[in-house]
Amino acid sequence: MRFIFKTDYNQDIRLFKHGGAVFWYALLIVALIAAPLVLDRYLMSQATFVFIYAIAGIGLMLLSGYTGQISLGHAAFFAVGSYTEAILLEKGFPFLLSLPISGLLAGAVGVVIGLPALRLAGIYLAIATLAFAFIVEEILARWESVTNGTLGMLVEPINIFGVELFREWHLYYVCLAVLVLVVLGAVNLLRSPTGRAMIAIRDSEIAAQSMGVNLAKYKTIAFAISAAVTGLAGALYAHRLGYISPEAYTILLSVEFLLLIVVGGLGSIHGAVFGAIFVIVLPQIVSILKGYMPSQIAEQTGIDAGIFGLVIVLFMLYEPLGLYGRWVKIKLYFSTFPMYRKATFKRQKSYTKTERLR
Amino acid sequence: MSLFAVEQLGISFGGLRAVDQISFEVEAGEVFTIIGPNGAGKTTTFNLVSRIYDPTDGRITFDGEDITRVPPHRIAGMGIARTFQNIELFDNATVLANLLLGRHAHASTGVVSNMLFLPHVRRAEIAHREKVEEVIDFLDLQAYRETLVSGLPYGVRKVVELGRALASEPKLLLLDEPSSGLNTEETDDMAFWIGDIQKDLGITVLMIEHDMNLVGRVSDRVLALNYGRAIAMGTPDEVQSHPEVVKAYLGG
Repeated sequence: MRFIFKTDYNQDIRLFKHGGAVFWYALLIVALIAAPLVLDRYLMSQATFVFIYAIAGIGLMLLSGYTGQISLGHAAFFAVGSYTEAILLEKGFPFLLSLPISGLLAGAVGVVIGLPALRLAGIYLAIATLAFAFIVEEILARWESVTNGTLGMLVEPINIFGVELFREWHLYYVCLAVLVLVVLGAVNLLRSPTGRAMIAIRDSEIAAQSMGVNLAKYKTIAFAISAAVTGLAGALYAHRLGYISPEAYTILLSVEFLLLIVVGGLGSIHGAVFGAIFVIVLPQIVSILKGYMPSQIAEQTGIDAGIFGLVIVLFMLYEPLGLYGRWVKIKLYFSTFPMYRKATFKRQKSYTKTERLR
Repeated sequence: MSLFAVEQLGISFGGLRAVDQISFEVEAGEVFTIIGPNGAGKTTTFNLVSRIYDPTDGRITFDGEDITRVPPHRIAGMGIARTFQNIELFDNATVLANLLLGRHAHASTGVVSNMLFLPHVRRAEIAHREKVEEVIDFLDLQAYRETLVSGLPYGVRKVVELGRALASEPKLLLLDEPSSGLNTEETDDMAFWIGDIQKDLGITVLMIEHDMNLVGRVSDRVLALNYGRAIAMGTPDEVQSHPEVVKAYLGG
């Protein structure tokens, strides 16, 4: 077990708590930078998808995992990012400008959607965001003069200072860079007063308010940041696909994002990344499994969605902390071996939660 | 002039007058306790003071300002902090994070600078941390800094909640049943702390309490409520022996 001798408050603030963490994260970054040398095109494109989903996952994680506001509409913010990117590039904007604008516009839409969220909670908020996602999907299909309707749009390749980045590994690095920046931003946010206020809103609105947290302000901020980050992911997704059309942004995508953060582990940035890996790898596993199923079952429509749902239920039942929770437990098991106690993560039951103010 | 005053305060929920024409003043530096049987309107009064409920009539003044219509999130910044009867902590955060949130009313850094974690954000964080460490020392919470609240025993949670309120450096501290659910020793500790809060930190305390032993030990003045109305006010002994109070508790 590692004991850190603390002599300075900065030690609790800094990004890496000890030298070991610096080493492993550095190794991870080096491995990710070197990966295109060994990965084939297919694996590289899958890795790019993981990065994009991880970015969107962090966006949703900030909102649902940290602020406690459930959203079933993140496919819509994702779509706003994608279409803004495609349209701006078509109009001749440079990539370095169009990418942030895509994020900002999605963020602005997030603020608008966040406004009803100030009055709605829990399942009602989920329904409201779901409705919003349907509206956006419909707009994309009908507003033909801008979005080209169901025919879809071609997305021009990334162009940075006249250099066209059209190869698979180009996009891999762009997505990796954005992911690293988003992770840094999210981690910074979470170790600052804003992040604490978000967590406070999640755990007890009434107490947060009494300690000086302006609920309306911080919920709006959470929605804006979440939507903006998801919009960034959407913009990169447009580049990855090269051609976008409304059917890429259905309710199933929103559900996928939700699955991502729940399976990854609500309330952790690691969870968003683990969840992204899981969501990308799961369909591959499903398609392999389908090979072993009788064809009457394997060819049923909705079998993928069904398996997704089943996975969520199983995680809720057996590992509510998600993959990240499992990871923490395994780490603790080895670091305290052979003294690991099964009850370490057992929650204390609280019997005095009656008479709660909402 | 008194630090805190409510005048003719009242609230109705539908036809029910939960709090009816209550007036009292709390002097700077005193411990003022509200007692009363269940449903007397004690917690409702607290919720009115911390602006969670809007009073139907009456006025609340604090430190020379009328706070009857101040939004609830601004109350902490004005110097009023509170605890809750059933503990409202941030369960999935560490004790340290909970106490740091107590500093939120003093947080002045913007979202963008937070995201970039600029040097002045770091400096502010360390300044907050120093204040929080003072509270940790005061309440002997050193052993629990990194523990998640969800893993803490009830008695410690109660102390953490008190700590979170103290971290905001209040002038007036509202304690909603500080001893409920505590055992005898923990109640003893709470009594000492309330005494220290009054004498060493110079914070005025307004509390709701059922444990008459604790009330007698720490309060300077006591107000008794029943059915939303004030029935007696005075020193703990006076109020305890007041015929209306005896009647309210024992019936008859």
